[in-house]
This record gives sequence, C-alpha cells and structure tokens, in this order.
Amino acid sequence: METYRDLPQSTYSLQTTESVRTGTWRTFRPIIDTKKCTRCYTCWKFCPDVSIEVREEGEYPRVDYDHCKGCGICANECPTGAIEMVREDSIC
Amino acid sequence: MLDLMTGNAAAAKAAMLARVEVIAAYPITPQTSISEKLAEMVANGEMNAKYIKVESEHSAMAALIGASYIGARTFTATSSQGLALMHEMLFWASGARRPIVMPVVSRALGPPWNIWTDHMDVMGERDTGWMQLFCENNQETLDLILMAYRVAEDKDIMLPAMIIEDGFILSHTFEKVDVPAIEEIDFYLHPFNPDVKVNFRKPRRYGSLVMPDWAMEFRYNNALAMEKAKKKWVEAGIAFKKAFGRDYSSLVELYRCEDADVALIVAGSAAGTAKVSADRMRERGRKVGVAKLRAFRPFPTEEVMRLGEGVRTIGVFDRSYTFAQGGAIYGEVRNALYPMASDVRVKGYIGGLGGRDITEAEFEKMFEDLLAIAKSGSMSKDVEWVALKDGSYRW
Amino acid sequence: MPRLTLPKDELVSKGHSGCAGCGATLLARLCLKALGPKTIINSPACCWSVVQGVWPRAALKVPVIDHAFECTGAVSSGIRAALDAKGIDDVIVVGWAGDGGTVDIGLQALSGAVDRRTDFIYIMYDNEAYMNTGIQCSGCTPLYAWTNTTPGGKNQEWKQVAKKPIMEMLISNGIAYGATVSIAYPEDLVTKVKKAKTIRGTKFIHALSSCPPGWKIPSSKSVEVARLATQTGIFPLYEYENGAYVLNKDVKTKPVEEYLMSQGRFKHLTPAMIAEVQRRVDEDYAALKAKCKGAGASG
Repeated sequence: METYRDLPQSTYSLQTTESVRTGTWRTFRPIIDTKKCTRCYTCWKFCPDVSIEVREEGEYPRVDYDHCKGCGICANECPTGAIEMVREDSIC
Repeated sequence: MLDLMTGNAAAAKAAMLARVEVIAAYPITPQTSISEKLAEMVANGEMNAKYIKVESEHSAMAALIGASYIGARTFTATSSQGLALMHEMLFWASGARRPIVMPVVSRALGPPWNIWTDHMDVMGERDTGWMQLFCENNQETLDLILMAYRVAEDKDIMLPAMIIEDGFILSHTFEKVDVPAIEEIDFYLHPFNPDVKVNFRKPRRYGSLVMPDWAMEFRYNNALAMEKAKKKWVEAGIAFKKAFGRDYSSLVELYRCEDADVALIVAGSAAGTAKVSADRMRERGRKVGVAKLRAFRPFPTEEVMRLGEGVRTIGVFDRSYTFAQGGAIYGEVRNALYPMASDVRVKGYIGGLGGRDITEAEFEKMFEDLLAIAKSGSMSKDVEWVALKDGSYRW
Repeated sequence: MPRLTLPKDELVSKGHSGCAGCGATLLARLCLKALGPKTIINSPACCWSVVQGVWPRAALKVPVIDHAFECTGAVSSGIRAALDAKGIDDVIVVGWAGDGGTVDIGLQALSGAVDRRTDFIYIMYDNEAYMNTGIQCSGCTPLYAWTNTTPGGKNQEWKQVAKKPIMEMLISNGIAYGATVSIAYPEDLVTKVKKAKTIRGTKFIHALSSCPPGWKIPSSKSVEVARLATQTGIFPLYEYENGAYVLNKDVKTKPVEEYLMSQGRFKHLTPAMIAEVQRRVDEDYAALKAKCKGAGASG
C-alpha cells in the first residue's frame, strides 16, 4: 500500500498478527528439559501467546521462540519443574 | 397512491417501502410517532423487519452499526437531545462506512428547554461525516428517504444519511403525499448487498486500531466519498424523476432566481413560506428569488457559486446559530462565495429558533432589506436576528 | 498416551500485542476453544482494542466488530437482530468487554440487552480496573486496592467500597445463564462456555483475568494468583441457571492474606484491613454456599 487509493474502504484487517515477531520482547527464555517433561501439556494450556506447540498428542511440547514473550507462566505452572527461564543475554 | 399523512407517517412509510430489515428506535418528541408507526407496522406484519427496542439513542445507533455489518438495511429516527446523545456513534457510523438512513425531526436543544423546531440539533452534527438533506414538505420526506438509501448504499459512497424534517411543522402536520407502490420502489432501490460485511470464509476485524501512518488517508477517503455523493444525489434524482415524476435532480432548487436582483437561501419547511413571499414580492414588481438548499452535506459549493454569478446580493436564512459568525448555512455560503467576494454581498438572517414562527411578512422584510443592500451596495450588519424583541423591533 | 485436555484449535493468532502474562489474552484463547469459528465477537474500547494488534493485522481468527466504550449490549442486539432478519441461526454472538466497559460505562446497554433477552454470550474479562488507560479504578476494583485514581496518599484514599455485584444485578435483570470462570481452571471454563452456547437468551460470563502490570505481580504469576483468588474464596467458581446456583469448585482452603500479599496493589493493607476482607469473604462465601446445590457443568 502506497497511497490512499490502495486502502480498503474501511478499516478492516487484511492479515493476522502472525508476522509480528513478539519474541523480540523476551528477556527470559523458557527451555524445556525433556528428561523431566511428562507431556502433561500444562504449559501449552496456560500459554497466553500461543507459543507452546504440541504438533501431535504424545509429542513433547516445543516453544515458538519467534513469538514467545517470555512471561514465564509455563515454568511457574509446570508440575515437574521441567522448564527453566534463562536470561537471553546469557545464551550465546 | 395519494394519501393524507403527517411527516412522521411519511417517514415510517418510506422505511417500509425501502424494505428496511432492522430498526432500532427510542422515543423522543417530536420523533416518537415514527417509532410508534414502525412498531405498529412490524407488529401487524405489514413490515418484515426486526425492531429493537433500545434503551437510548446512543444504543440505537450502536445496534444499527452492528446490524449493518451483517448486511442488513437499517433505520432509526431521532430529534434534538437524542441526536446529541448519538454524537459519538455518528462518527462511528460514517467512519465505519455504514449506510444507515435516519430521519431527524429537527428540534431545539435545551436550555432553554423547548420541544419545537430549529436546526441547532442537526447543525451540531454537521462535521460527523453524515450526509444531511432538508425537506420542505412531507412528500420530500418520503421521497428523500428512499433516495437516501440508493445514494448511501452506492458502493462508491457507503456513507450514512440524515433526512431532516422540521418538528411539528412537518412531523405532525397532515399533507397530501403521493405514495409509490412498493413494487415500483423495488425497481428503484435494489436490496442492500455491501462488499464490506461479516464473512466467515474471510474472518476480519472491522474497526481496527489505525496508527498515524494511515489514519489520515482513511479520513481522506471519507472526504472523497462525500464529494462524490454530490453527483450520486443528482443521478438518484434524475432516476427518481424518471420513475415517479417528481424532480429532485438538483442539490439547490432555484425558485424565480433567473432574473432576480436578490435571492434568499433557505433550508427546510421555511423554504415554502419564503416562496410564497417571493410570489407576493414579484406581484409588486420586486425581482426576488428563493434558493432552497436541499443538501447541506455534501455541500453544493458549485451550485451556490453559480447562483452568485447571476445574483449579486444573497441572503441566507438560518434556523441555527454557530456562536461565531451567523448560522451554519451562512458560513458555508460565504465560504463558497469567497472567490467572488468583491462582487457578491451575503447577508445572514437568524430566525425561527425554538419553534418561533417565521412568517411571510418576515420573509418580505428580509427581501426588502436585501433589495436595499443591492441598491445601495452596502450593508450595516453582516448578520441580523429576525424579529428579535430588542426594544427597537426594526422588523 | 499423554492427551490434551482442551480443544486443540487455536483461534487467537500468535504475535498479538497483549502484555507478557496477560490473563485476558489467555482467557480469549481458552474461550475461543469453546466457542469455535462460527462466532462473531464485538468489543468496545478496552485492552482488546490494542491486544488485537494494529491495522492491517488482527489477532483473532473469527469476525470481530469494534465499537465505542458503552456499546457492547446494543451492538450485540443489533448483530443478533440482523442475523435473525437474514434467517441465520448457527452463529454465536459474543460481547467481549472489560470490567469498566461492563459495570460502569456499558451497564446501561448491557441491561438493555438483557431486558431484550438478546440471544448472546457476554464475556466480561475482569482485570479489576481500567488497565488499557493505565490502571484507574473501576466499579470492579476490589476493596482497598491501589490504582492510579485510588492512590492512597496522605488520606489513605484506596478503593473504599467492594466490587459491584454484577452477577446478582444481571440475575435480577433476567439473564438465562450466568457463570464465573477463571484462567486458572481452563477445563471448567471451557465446559461452561460450551454450555452457554446451548442456552437461548442472554448468558453472562464473569471471568477473572489477572493483569501483571495492574496488579503488580510478576508475569509468571498470572495463573497462580488467579488460582489463589478461587482458593481463598475471593472469586468462587459457580453457575446460575433457572433460579438455581451451583458451586463448581468448593476449594476455599486458604486465607485471603495469601492472595492479597501476592500483589503489589494490596501491599499497603494493614492487619485490620486484611481481617475486614477476610470477614467479608467468609460471609459472602457462606451466603453463596447456602444458595448452591447440586453439581454444575463441570461436575
């Protein structure tokens, strides 16, 4: 879109927010330890950012770091302590 | 079919003829009988519409915005304080490009607490992005509502419209009205089928937050649509004339202006009174004319300029006051004529506020005043309050 | 084999603008799992105007109609009337509003919608203050809480009264179904929203939605603090239908102090104030229990 002529008639959306990389907001990164993970999917259930993915039931959950804001709910709620929040600048 | 009906009955009839699908209305004097008549027609099955008994005018407009997004043709009506309460949602309706049509039965805003007609209510909403058209009589009320749907729902326009009828003078007065058959209207006005409406195959958010990078361009497109609406009203008028014989093909209706020395611009029911006065003046050899302003938004700048090219002394009668220089129409007319300011004189008259009668005799005095200005080439006052009890009582 | 305990489909997009740990965003994600794609949401000015992202993008994968602050009840009635006019009867209409937009500025239109018996689900995400504008007191701000307009100060001007009893107000008004839900109990939440879909008339869902910046809690504690609200009896989970109340989770086991002291907005509370909150919660909870019988939607 370059000019007013390219706009839709009113302010309706044209795409989802998926292209917004909210992962850049993150200060702490959740890291899932699959040795401790029991695949209860509590982390998936409570993620406000739709950033914990379970592709198939039975698989280990995975974090979408492009969108995870690092709120830490997953680590706080994990019943087995399988998720650790690690400062981004400590990861090389 | 000829019928005898009040302005409010004509407005309700127009909604029925337009096959309105959703009505949301709240009572207020002098609009109430429109909502009552519609409720009655829906209850009797004469109208196949959903009637939402809202708890305020603000909610009436909000409900219609929601309904319009589903693709329903929508209708409400209000007056005065009710219109003022809607103010916020009037902006929403025009910004969201929902072609809601709403008769406004004009009435003063209090205090002074007053239920009678003037145009302070509608002029208070002139910058909300709504089209605003004034009716001289009950026939126009019926006809302009039908035309309004055709223009408002045009894919290039998609703007809401107010059709303004003067409280009591039209709303509660019986007049002869020629009511077209609904089948004829179906031919003139097609079902509402907007491009922008809720669609589950393409779920969208309607009314997103827009940042400063594009908000101005959206506003500009609203402005362009309003500008385009001038042509669409003329086209709708030509088609209407072809179908029903009545002529609304101009935004300003000129009455005996061709060879006039002076002309008075009037909107609403007072235009009829002004025409009678003009006839009387003509009988006495005074060359005066009336320019009836049908559309206030879009504003017919070109038509007013064309009038100014022929008639060099122009009066503007306003039933409103802007607390600046004169009434709302006066301001617009002076603006439009500014390029010919050295040749044309414009005088503003404020009158008929709070339902004060404006008589033929008073219009005659205005015409005499204008003729004196035309003769002397000067005027002592730019704006005058007509028949004001100021002790001198010049009129 | 490990199983998901909630529907898998996501109708909230990644990349939305909700704050880290936003309870309302989690709530939307959970509610939409229950509502499904044939849902039209309408929403006033509130956090969600921003959370959904900036044009031309949008975060929800269902149609959303935005409008002004006080309109949710009215717009919901309008949408339903238009659907009825068009003969469309397989769409769920949802009004989605914050607590201020519901119990304060939106109360009139909501009451009108209930009075009209509009067939829709009203979901109030209650973060207990005007959060989008930066934490000002609403009719849902709890007793003694700090906000920017109940700042305490020299005169101890904290919130002076308890929350408006919105559920009781709407029950008297004539809702067909009412339920409290919490982001800390997702299965219960999904069950109740699914149940609301099956009932005709106006359904009201009161959802406690923690707000890390507004409540002054770490973002990681969002769910935990919401859970404490239920475990202390401050926000019991119950349902109302046809004159009957059902307590879904009778889990009041903890003192209110634990909930209050977990949040910066209550850190100024004196032992006497805490005792007063405890007294009121005990009284309210007992009154609720007296009204409740039987098992509800989530068993």
